[in-house]
Amino acid sequence: MKQYSPNSPRHSLPRSEAEPLLEIRGISCNYDLERAVFDFSLTVHRGEQVCLLGPSGCGKTTVLRAIAGFHPILTGSILINDQQVSAVKNMVPPEARRVGMVFQDHALFPHLTVRENIAAGLDQLSAGLRGESVGEMLDRMGLGHHADRYPHELSGGQQQRVALARALAPKPLLLLMDEPFSSLDQELREHMGQEVSDMLKESGTTCVMVTHDQNDAFALGDKVGVMSEGAIVQWDTPYNLYHQPQTHFVADFIGNGVFINGQCEDKKQVNTSLGMLQSDIALDWSNDADIEVLLRPDDVVYDPEGPIIAKVTRRAFKGAQIMYTLRTLDGVKLLALFPSHANFGIGDEVRVRLDVDHLVVFEQNSVVD
Amino acid sequence: MPKKRSTFLLSVLCFGMAFLYIPMFLLIVYSFNYSKIVSVWGGLSTRWYTSLFESEEIWSALMLSLKIAIVNATFATLLGTLAGLALARFRYFRGRTLFTGMISAPLVMPEVITGLSLLLLFITLGDLIGWPEKRGITTITIAHITFSLAYVAVIIESRLSGIGETLEEAALDLGAKPLRVMMDITLPLLAPGMLAGWLLAFTLSLDDLVIASFVSGPGSSTLPMLIYSRVKLGLKPDINALATMIILAVAIGVLIAGWILIRQQKQRQRDAQLAGTE
Repeated sequence: MKQYSPNSPRHSLPRSEAEPLLEIRGISCNYDLERAVFDFSLTVHRGEQVCLLGPSGCGKTTVLRAIAGFHPILTGSILINDQQVSAVKNMVPPEARRVGMVFQDHALFPHLTVRENIAAGLDQLSAGLRGESVGEMLDRMGLGHHADRYPHELSGGQQQRVALARALAPKPLLLLMDEPFSSLDQELREHMGQEVSDMLKESGTTCVMVTHDQNDAFALGDKVGVMSEGAIVQWDTPYNLYHQPQTHFVADFIGNGVFINGQCEDKKQVNTSLGMLQSDIALDWSNDADIEVLLRPDDVVYDPEGPIIAKVTRRAFKGAQIMYTLRTLDGVKLLALFPSHANFGIGDEVRVRLDVDHLVVFEQNSVVD
Repeated sequence: MPKKRSTFLLSVLCFGMAFLYIPMFLLIVYSFNYSKIVSVWGGLSTRWYTSLFESEEIWSALMLSLKIAIVNATFATLLGTLAGLALARFRYFRGRTLFTGMISAPLVMPEVITGLSLLLLFITLGDLIGWPEKRGITTITIAHITFSLAYVAVIIESRLSGIGETLEEAALDLGAKPLRVMMDITLPLLAPGMLAGWLLAFTLSLDDLVIASFVSGPGSSTLPMLIYSRVKLGLKPDINALATMIILAVAIGVLIAGWILIRQQKQRQRDAQLAGTE
């Protein structure tokens, strides 16, 4: 296998851990004359694949465009490979940044064939080297049979591959991807996510992706930054984002779940209307503090002997599992993920118990974060 | 199952079509009329076609019109494309609103006003700097360019906003200098719009009577001006023959365009099937 970035040898990840490739230092940007990014900082090391995840309008695309050099910054600076590329009123133009970008709708040149599209970034090479490079990319992406097709003659997944091949062909220092899978259907999306992730890992390509889809983010990102209103709310691994969200926003945005109210007791348990919940670590709340506990669907377990009785108000079949929306007799709404053979209809009564070990707890009404 | 067509809709359609095409049909029929009086049938003949091909006056007017139309279309496309690029790609610049308004003003300006103002301009310029010495082909061409370029600019702007900026950004991102991006990406994508703009400017110029009448000088009558003056003096049937020729040319043009379009569509369908089967 070829290495696609000369500066990120894949066998020396530990050493490169310490080497930051992309440094964003406190940038702010406007979008349509309104502040979209606030004092945003981020460091990405060589060979890392990171992801910015957030709802639309949170400024993630603006950050990506600032890195690529399409968007001016109002404060701070951006460094790629220890060279300042963006500062206030001092921008290295996009064509001189050695950054490869995969655009949301692929942005393939409609009047060029697949081969010509991929060769578009290889101007500096001699004709021979260029042909070699393009051939290699075509093989790698499995596009060999489509080299002389035009983009509109390709399926969505093939277009996606061409876009990636075109961005990677000039061996960029850094690959940027803006919602790369958003135009693909669900099944293809997961497949491509996995494929792209494997390929980038193998070649040790440093990559920043932005998306609003957490599945895409988790498939590709070693680290994921959840963004809200122009800033990163939590920068963590996918596992931690799901299991240890640090704010109500992150808990709500990542995965499914409901919040139930309760009072803290003895720093280690929470008294809720569904019973006493034990925490595995000491809770940093005073006694009787009004708090809320996050219940993931997999924390609510089907148990014919369970203490909680609830009615099914909605069900969504997901193959091996069924996601139920339940309402307890006290009117508390719960989400529960049961194995598929525990099959109930709407209106049925179900007995469940709560199986929570690590409590995720926030102050009540902390919605404004 | 074929739906029963409404008689009312069908008759409205027929009436509309008749309204559009009966005058042209009559004109074609009368072009083969022997009689010297346009509205009296005097038997079948092609004598007016012969007289048309022998008429020096008509041929020189047609040539003048074509010359002006081609030069106008070319310059209007060049300038209009630049204006369209500025409108679509330079988001914020000082005086943008003013520029947009001023570009599109000729579209809504009455031709009489445009013609009169240009005439005044040419007279004043002639007095001040001695140019243009006399009005004629140059002044008509300049006048036509001033209003055609507004139409081209509007076409180019809408085409550009349709294409979007992402493709140009993608090219920049791949390391192409802005000039290369213009040559390799923007212009090829813009070509259909520029062709449409060229054709529109060509037609507008060929069609124009009012503005040309204002700014033309002695000895330089465009075809519409000639036809109009003939109507005033009393119509000779060779004009019918000329009109028939023009209708024929337009019809052939439309047929060719339609044929090309249908072919492209079929090609696209084949391509789509090809992509779909894999």
